Amino acid sequence: MTVLERTIGEQVGPRGRPVYELRGVAKYYAHGHVRALEEVDLTLTEGSFSSVIGPSGCGKTTLLKIMAGLVPPSKGQVVLEGKPVTGTRRDIGMMFQQATLFPWRSTLENIVLPIEIRDGKASAKAKHDEARALLKLVGLEGFENAMPSELSGGMAQRAAICRMLITQPAVLLLDEPFSALDELARDFMNMELQRICMERSATAFLVTHSIPEAVILSDIVYVMSPRPGRFVEAIHIDLPRPRSLDMMTEPKFGSYVKRIRAQLDKGAFL
Amino acid sequence: MTHTPTSDEVEQTTWSEPVSLIETLPRSAGIIINLLALVGIWQLVHLSGIVSPIILPSPMETAGDIVFIGKNLFSGGYMLAALWVTVKEVLFGFAIAIAIGFTLGIIVGESVFGERAVLPLLVAIDTMPKVAFAPLFLAWLGFGIASKVALAAFIATFPIVVATAAGIHAADENAKMLFKTMGASRWQTLFKMKLLVGLPQMFTGLKIAAVGVMAGAITGEFIGGGKGFGELIRVAASQLNTPRVFALILYLSLLGLALFWVVVWVERRVVFWHSTTAASKGR
Repeated sequence: MTVLERTIGEQVGPRGRPVYELRGVAKYYAHGHVRALEEVDLTLTEGSFSSVIGPSGCGKTTLLKIMAGLVPPSKGQVVLEGKPVTGTRRDIGMMFQQATLFPWRSTLENIVLPIEIRDGKASAKAKHDEARALLKLVGLEGFENAMPSELSGGMAQRAAICRMLITQPAVLLLDEPFSALDELARDFMNMELQRICMERSATAFLVTHSIPEAVILSDIVYVMSPRPGRFVEAIHIDLPRPRSLDMMTEPKFGSYVKRIRAQLDKGAFL
Repeated sequence: MTHTPTSDEVEQTTWSEPVSLIETLPRSAGIIINLLALVGIWQLVHLSGIVSPIILPSPMETAGDIVFIGKNLFSGGYMLAALWVTVKEVLFGFAIAIAIGFTLGIIVGESVFGERAVLPLLVAIDTMPKVAFAPLFLAWLGFGIASKVALAAFIATFPIVVATAAGIHAADENAKMLFKTMGASRWQTLFKMKLLVGLPQMFTGLKIAAVGVMAGAITGEFIGGGKGFGELIRVAASQLNTPRVFALILYLSLLGLALFWVVVWVERRVVFWHSTTAASKGR
């Protein structure tokens, strides 16, 4: 156990300003009888892209909910930008598998919804120009007045990216954001996500089931064990950026995939 | 027999798919043809003499009464006054049902108290035949318009409560989670999301209520008398004036239809994003 912790610590090493830190975070349910998450340490440095991969029910979603301030941890500390996370915050951006755009609002109105909720309608209106700039960033220029029913799945997720970015969050929490899309659209959107994150120097944390997706996007991939969930390995992905889908055929990419799969297979997790 | 069809042939088979005659007609034509057929059968039954003319009047007699009532209505006669009484009962009843129905529906749908304490009571009352309460409303509110309004509102409230509560529950977990991450208050979640998500269901409840409110007002008039359209029907029936009864029922159903279409009209404007609304808009 201690050996493992040391190796993870060495691998993660300080490489930039820490933005998000988890120290000994654990989550128990049913008075400690169900251990969903055990002793998770995590540091997200500024501008880095990290992923967590693991089998279903390993506590990934619980971890993400704790990081989003939706669920309090049973133990440990959660600190974003030096301030403990005690609830949802505007500097935490989140994206889910479903775009969840509301059909009675135009794309633009959907994007400024987080501002409307936190600061009221007038402030939301003042952000329209910013929202248009974000639409341009994600390649949805000219769709501000389109209704969500007119958008394809990929376009809806692009709009969801804008909605996540409108509050200028310090960290982006991504819960399998493109897994509901078909594979072609998914690969394409992953490349778009990389471009957007690089342009904005975003600090991102992705939960995924897909090993190639984790490798192509991340600087560090954390492999999680099943219940109680904990990180069993942190793998640095040393591939140059910007990455392209072609890299997936490179031997180096293959060796990363192999290593993660071996780690997951070790516990017969899959 | 291993011949693979070319793309031309495939296209042809799709084109030659049989289309039934009814599909080629506009919908209104189909309805009119059906109505004419019904009246034709009615006329045949009448001519055959199987049924006594007192029980089933001829279409012509009924048409005569329809014209008579129509003239009376347009000249501002006593029937217009009666219709106005019934319209008032229906509209007041509907307004009260909407106000109480939405409020109770939100309480039931939104709070644990409502779900645990109020909903079981509502379900219990809902299973009773609500028309049976009519004599009670008469005893409480007298023979005037109030008792009819009360019965109409009473009957129409339940579908609105149930639809509103169900509509509020219709919001999916993703939408709720999204609102949580945005730091939305309970009121914001309710008014900016849950109620809007539930609007299509609420309108379904309103449509059921629009039918119920008419039934309530007329039942109230049958039992409690008064000066409404229901009273005209009762009097005509007691005189065995069946053509008049048939004609009055026709006008009453036109009133019901009008109320129903008002609800549909409002729905199309309010729930503009909903698929059923969008589909009918394209037609």
